[in-house]
Formats: sequence, structure tokens, C-alpha cells
Amino acid sequence: MLETQSPEQWVKPYGDTLNDGRVQVSFTLPVALNETSKEGAKRLAALMGLDEPAVVHCEDMGQGFSFYVVYGQCKHQVDLSSFQVVKPEYEVMDKDAINARIAETMGRRMVVVGACIETDAHTVGIDAIMNMKGYNGHKGLESYHEIRAINMGAQVDSEELVAKAIEEKADVILVSQVVTQKNIHLDNLTKLSDLLEAEGLRDKVILVVGGPRISHELAKELGYDAGFGVKSYAEDVASFAINEWNNRKAA
Amino acid sequence: MTQLHLDQAQIDRARDSARRIARQVFDEMAQFTTTTVERATLRLLGVDGVDENFVPLPNRVVEHLQAQGLLQYGAATLLAGAMQEHGYTAQQVAEAVAQGTLTLTRPKDEAAARQAAEAQARDRCAHIAGQRAHRDEKIKTLGEGQAPWLYLIVATGNIYEDVAQARAAAEQGADIIAVIRSTGQSLLDYVPYGATTEGFGGTYATQENFRLMRAALDEVGAKVGRYIRLTNYCSGLCMPEIAAMGAMERLDMMLNDSMYGIIFRDINMKRTFIDQFFSRMVNAYAGIIINTGEDNYLTTADAYEAAHTVLASQLINEQFAELSGLTPQQMGLGHAFEIHPELENGFLWELAHAQLVRQVFPDASLKYMPPTKHMTGNIFKGHVQDTLFNIVSTVTQQNIHLLGMMTEAIHTPFIQDRFLAIQNAKYVFGTMKDLHSEIEFKRGGLIEQRAQAVLAETEAMLAEIETISLPTAIGKGMFAEISRTPTGGKGLDGVVAKADNYYNPFPQLMLPETLRDRPERSDALSSTDQGGLRDRPQRSEALSSTVLEASHA
Repeated sequence: MLETQSPEQWVKPYGDTLNDGRVQVSFTLPVALNETSKEGAKRLAALMGLDEPAVVHCEDMGQGFSFYVVYGQCKHQVDLSSFQVVKPEYEVMDKDAINARIAETMGRRMVVVGACIETDAHTVGIDAIMNMKGYNGHKGLESYHEIRAINMGAQVDSEELVAKAIEEKADVILVSQVVTQKNIHLDNLTKLSDLLEAEGLRDKVILVVGGPRISHELAKELGYDAGFGVKSYAEDVASFAINEWNNRKAA
Repeated sequence: MTQLHLDQAQIDRARDSARRIARQVFDEMAQFTTTTVERATLRLLGVDGVDENFVPLPNRVVEHLQAQGLLQYGAATLLAGAMQEHGYTAQQVAEAVAQGTLTLTRPKDEAAARQAAEAQARDRCAHIAGQRAHRDEKIKTLGEGQAPWLYLIVATGNIYEDVAQARAAAEQGADIIAVIRSTGQSLLDYVPYGATTEGFGGTYATQENFRLMRAALDEVGAKVGRYIRLTNYCSGLCMPEIAAMGAMERLDMMLNDSMYGIIFRDINMKRTFIDQFFSRMVNAYAGIIINTGEDNYLTTADAYEAAHTVLASQLINEQFAELSGLTPQQMGLGHAFEIHPELENGFLWELAHAQLVRQVFPDASLKYMPPTKHMTGNIFKGHVQDTLFNIVSTVTQQNIHLLGMMTEAIHTPFIQDRFLAIQNAKYVFGTMKDLHSEIEFKRGGLIEQRAQAVLAETEAMLAEIETISLPTAIGKGMFAEISRTPTGGKGLDGVVAKADNYYNPFPQLMLPETLRDRPERSDALSSTDQGGLRDRPQRSEALSSTVLEASHA
């Protein structure tokens, strides 16, 4: 028997009337501004699926570039009931509850080793999750008395991170990737997971990645246990980690 | 311009502390050289190029000298000795060493070798002085942008793409183009070679890339009738070499901090302190404006709570810069607009800090950095945050204004992001042009009290650092809440104690007279040193046309 289907839920962008589909796009064309390029911008918007596209602003940018702001009505709509979103399944707890859960189920401190790996020099993400101070009023993992948080900082080689994880008997490895130009983060993240695999460690650690362009879905594709994007805080990561640890223990 | 009431005696006390803090470090480090200082010396003397494995020849020669146990005497005399003995150019010596056909040894006639090194250095300094004079001339004939100068970043990874974007940015109104380096270059212990088209989050700093961008900016500058300044990154493990390359290729600004590498790149403290001195000396001589990186403290520490650490660090950076011969106009001391947008009256505290810094460093070419930490994917709010930043910058008369991008925290800027950022800044700077001279700060008001409180905290912090020493202070995480130790970090293996008769010709040629070694030492080295000043551009005059317009205060 099929499970009962949830009712269809079609949506499209909303401007000021339901289903008017109004959207705004802005872009640059690598040509100087003239009547032809302006018409080109409009046709391009139509090809993007916008009905009645209107170039509301256009400007020459010099050096053979021009800038456009276009409004139009999106032809498309989506049925929100037709797909499922991959997201980590866990209950987000607060710091006290997380500490209590670790104490009660692990009976020792959870060890988390974190780093911003390879060439990436941006520590803002890993610091927000790991450092005592945390971010936006959410204290970092260092402030959790049931967690031993080791932040290795930026530009850490994957080899170095794995060595540290072995030395510290890490339960969780937390990596941050901020720079994503030319998809360098994918190479870096794959390298780390390959290395863990080669060391026979992959199943022994909970492997988590975070960064502004990271989604849980992407993380799963890369062979990670979870991925955290923007607006994730220490308690999200810690809740996932202790939940995952218990799931594995039960399995 | 309206002023905050600040206690000048308190500023003087803080500055005196910083002077003693920097002096202590400087004196301790004067007995060391580093591999990259010696490589920079070789580059300045005319060694360039790479071997068949793309290892730069300056690295090959320095490795060779290390293997021979000779580096502590300084590379200059050993190179010059071989040039004399074999009738080679500097480049030919390096090539022969790399091919294994030449083994460098102590010169038979030490005095003659020194004299040859000095003559070669003098010759090469003349080229740098010529570049500096050329810049001054161009600024005189073309003119330059009005402060705050609009500072824009390009970062495509491909120098040719960077050139296209930089030209467009200049045409749209940029006064300064900074080419961001490929992520990770700061930790390379060599400088890549040639034009590069593959970088991540930026483009490799190479001498050829410098040359390509310089030529493009000269060309577009002539078109728009404004000298366009070029910036790169004189930081990391090759600080002195980047300075040497920039001096030769007429860069105009360099990010060049005395402590940034230690704190944010975990580069060894000793290495950094030695390297920053040499690199800043080269920058000073080349007429380059350095930019310091205090803004970075506020990406890890809280901008409101840690405001005094920025000012304390700026004072230390200023004193290190003075020891290298940089004039106040060449000091682009950095700070940033990073207070949490939700903090009530946050704008007042930003205004207070920017004005405080302006008054403590009236002649410096202050560099003001836009919000980054609290930028979200909401580009519309981001554009507003940047607008507020622009307002503070013009009202407090900052000099070097790094444009905020609404897409900060999303991607390296698109061409339209830059375009809109320039429009925003120009709008604010135009519509508020004389606001700064029309308004006054309320005596004893919130803004003034805040500035006074930050100044008091700064004085106390510097007094404490003076007592415990700068390395200990860094060890305690007093800057950016990051702790580093004197023996930790990368690059310590490149630090070499100088031999008693170590020699390097450049300090005598590049430093202002007051900062050079005492005569008893230099007399012994060379009797032909008299001409040293002749090659030297007249600093105050040259600078007046370069940056005086920028320093409004």
C-alpha cells in the first residue's frame, strides 16, 4: 500500500497578488549598452521563464559591460508536496541538555577536533562553532563542559587533521570550508574523506562539515554524516553529534 | 573639522609605551636574518627566474648557502664575490649555482666583495627610486582621486580576467585596485613565477602578474585622467620578497602588518618580526603606502568590546613602521566597521572609533574596512550596512576606503557588485561632502565618552604589554583572542643568527639617515658610501605630491 499522499501544494512567487509570479533579477551582459543589448536582456529574461519581462533599469558600466534590472512574471510553479528535503534527523537541544545527554550516554567527554582544511584561511566559521565565545550569543563548543573541543585553526592539511584526530581519539571531526571558488571545497572535502577511509577511520568518527555554501544534502553526497550551512550554531552541531553517536551505538 | 575632546597627554603616554614595546622587539631581532630576507636581497640585486622544476632561483641560491653553512654571512657578499671572481651577472651566478656548476664560497677579498655588492645594490636602488619618481610624476600630471580613495578588490584567480575587471572598476571610479592573492599563498615559502591563470579565491602574487596589472592600470589611468594605485599582499612567509618585487614593479600599496601573520596565519613570531622590518624598509624606500590589518581582530573578537585592541595594535604598528623609515603618510593603519548591527547605538560607537583613530593619527593614510562579519545573504540589508559604513568614512575623513560589497559572505564580487558599491560610495561622498565640517560632537556626549573610554583602555593595555613584553602579550591572546608562542608557528627554521661580519647593503641605502647603523660600522665597510643620499628620492617632497592630499586631518 502506498502511503497517503499529502495534498498538492503549488506555489509561485508572490508580488502583491496571489500567483502573480512577480520576480526581480539583475545581471551584467559583457557588451556595451545600446538598444540591441537592452532588447537582448529582455529576451534573456523571457528565456529564464519570465512573462512580460520589463527592463526597469539599465546602465553602461564601461569597458564593454552593461547592467540590467528586470522584472517579470515567473511562468513556473512548484508543488511543495512532490519532494522531500534531506536534513539531519535530530532534535536540537540546548547546551545543558546536550551536556546532560553526553554525560548520561557516553559517560565521558565527547572529543571534537575541528579545522579549516587545506588552503582555506577563513576561520570565521569554525571559530563561530568552536570558540568559547561562539557567535550571535550562542556559546561555542569550548564552553560545553562535557565536550573537549580542539580547534586547529586555518590552513590545516587533511593529513595533519587526521593525525590529530587519531592522537586525541576524536569522536567527531568538524571541518569548515568557506572558500568555494571553482569548487575547491569539493576537492578538499573529498580528500579528507578519502584519507579517513584509507586510514580505516571513516566509520569510527562522526564527520561533519560546515560553511556558508554547504548544505546537508551536499555533505551526504560527499560522504559526510552531516552538513551545516548559515544560521547553524554550536548547539545544532553538538545535538547532531550526540544523537548520531547514540544511533551508532544502538545499531 | 570637528574634534572630540581627548587627553593629548594620554595619547602621548600610549604612544610612548608602544615605542618602547616595538624597540625592545626590534633590538632583539636585529641579530637575526631569515631565508626570505636573503632571498629578497638576491632579488633586489637582480636574481630572478626559476629552475627546471619551477623552483625560484633565489630559493636555490639560499638553499645552497644554507647547505654550505654560509647564510649567516648574508647572501649579498657571497653573490658579489662570485660575480667578481667569474665576471658573471647576479643572474648568471644564480643560474650556475642552480645547474650545480658553481659552488659559492667566502670571497677571498671580503672588502672588495662588499664594495661590489654595495655598488650593485646602489644601481638597483636607482631603479626603484626611478619608479618612485615616475609615480610622483604621473600623479602630478594625471592627478588622483579625492579621499576617501575608493579601494576595490579583484580576485578571479586569472590575471588576465583580473585585468579586465580592474580596468572596468577604474573606469567606474575606483582609485585603488587590490589583487587578492590565491588562498594559501601566504604559507608558501617561495614566490611563484610568471603570469598565472589558476588561483583560488584570488590570484598568485608574482612579479609578472604585478607587471601586467601595473601596465593595465597605467593605461586605464591615462584614459580616465587619474592615477590608479595598485595594491598587493606583502605578508606571509615571503614578506620581504613581495616587497622587493613590488618596489621594482611600482606597486603603490602593500598590506604589510607587523603582527598579522603571527596571529592569523600562525607564522612564527621571530620570523615575522624580522621579515616585517626588512619588507617595510623596502616599502618605505619605494614610496609605498602600507596597510595594516587590525580590522581582522574584529572578525574574531567583538568589535565593541575589543575596540581598544585595534588602537593599541595601530600604535604598535606605527612604531614598527617608524623603525623601518615609513613616514606617517605611508601608514595605512587599518580599522573596520564591524559592530553588530543589532547593537543599540552601534552607529554611534562606529563613529566614535573612526573619529578617535583619525585624531590619534592625524597624518596617517587611514584604511577603513567595511562590514564583513555581520554580512548575511540578505544583499539588500548588506547594501544598507555598506551605506552606513560609507557615511562614517566621509564624516570622519578616512583616507583609504575599502568598498563594501552587498554580496560579501556569498561569493567573490561579481562585476555588478563592484559597480553598485562604487555608486553607493560616490553618492554618499558627494551628498555629504562637507558634512564633516558642519557638525560637532556634543561635548561630554555618548560619542565623546565612548572614544575617551576606548583611549583609556588602550593606554592601560599598552602599559600592560610593555610590562610583560609583546611576545608574552601575543601568547596571552591579547589580540584577536588568538594565542601564539615564540617558538610556535611556521617558518622558524628560516631564522638564522647573523655572523659578526654579516653584511647586507640595503639598510644603509634604503633607511633614512637617522635609522642607519652608527658610522663606526658603515665606515669600515665602504668609503664610497657618500653617494648614498644622492640616489634617494627626497622623501618629504616626493610624498607631498603622493599622499598629502589624502591626509586631510
